[in-house]
Amino acid sequence: MIAMTKIGANQDFLEFAYQLYHTMQANEINLVYEGVVTQEITKTFTSMTEKNMEKAEESSKVQRRVFNVMVECLQNISKHADPITGEEDEERRGIVLVSHGEACYNVITGNVVKREKMAGLKSTLEHINSLDKEGLSAAYKQQIMEGRISEKGGAGLGFIDIAKKSGNKIDFQFKELNDDFVFFIIITTISRE
Amino acid sequence: MDVINIKGTDDTPSITLDKAANVIEFSGRSLPEDVATFYAPALAWIDEFVADPNDHTDVNFKLEYFNTASSKILLDILLKFEPIADNVTIKWHYHEDEEDILDAGKEYEDIVEVPFEFIEY
Repeated sequence: MIAMTKIGANQDFLEFAYQLYHTMQANEINLVYEGVVTQEITKTFTSMTEKNMEKAEESSKVQRRVFNVMVECLQNISKHADPITGEEDEERRGIVLVSHGEACYNVITGNVVKREKMAGLKSTLEHINSLDKEGLSAAYKQQIMEGRISEKGGAGLGFIDIAKKSGNKIDFQFKELNDDFVFFIIITTISRE
Repeated sequence: MDVINIKGTDDTPSITLDKAANVIEFSGRSLPEDVATFYAPALAWIDEFVADPNDHTDVNFKLEYFNTASSKILLDILLKFEPIADNVTIKWHYHEDEEDILDAGKEYEDIVEVPFEFIEY
């Protein structure tokens, strides 16, 4: 009986792996990850994606923009994700997904944030999404002059830069987790030329 | 003055700061985890240099990529040269395919009161 159950569980897992493979193929997903996001992970994923794009003979401008957006999104997680345990020194986790289609690359990242940060993030992103190219450049200049490097090592420029490099609106959503935390997802689209 | 010679890595730039040889140069990639700590020695060196500059020095930036935290520190570096604007030229190098690097240099030129030259490679 015990052996049977084990085979059953293995079979389920194989099915899952096979379905995942199919879903990834169908959606042209190049990278999917859930776990701790550190500087080492950031370097590994960006260089992996860079190599894939080089192999696919992607233009260097698009390569650099995807790289750029990935760095900012991953460093956002490693600096700002909130551990759901509430312990500040806990490692910072997130999900990372990179996919591409005929017309664009998508960089999707998600992480847990405290519910109290939701309103601030929403108004920041809505403001950034309301700006055109010149507006983004002006916002960038203002923030770089007035801002300071925070204790976490950020400059408050990440989202503005993501919007500048992507050339598209930043798509974002908050999913309900519990009373104290929400799951924050952002989707950045980088057009191919 | 001490010479600073830092070799670049995957996520940090090469930095050469040498008053006797009249070389100030930043090149490569900059996306360190902790920008403030990484750039602290360079910022201190520039403070000392600005207090006693050479007649003329080209300040070379040949960066292929920098993250937003680095971009803030780069502005701090550039602003340090404002009091000796007559003694320096910022040489901002950019690859012909990298118009984003050129645009970033133009944004700095708008903010900082130091002469800029843009050099394509």
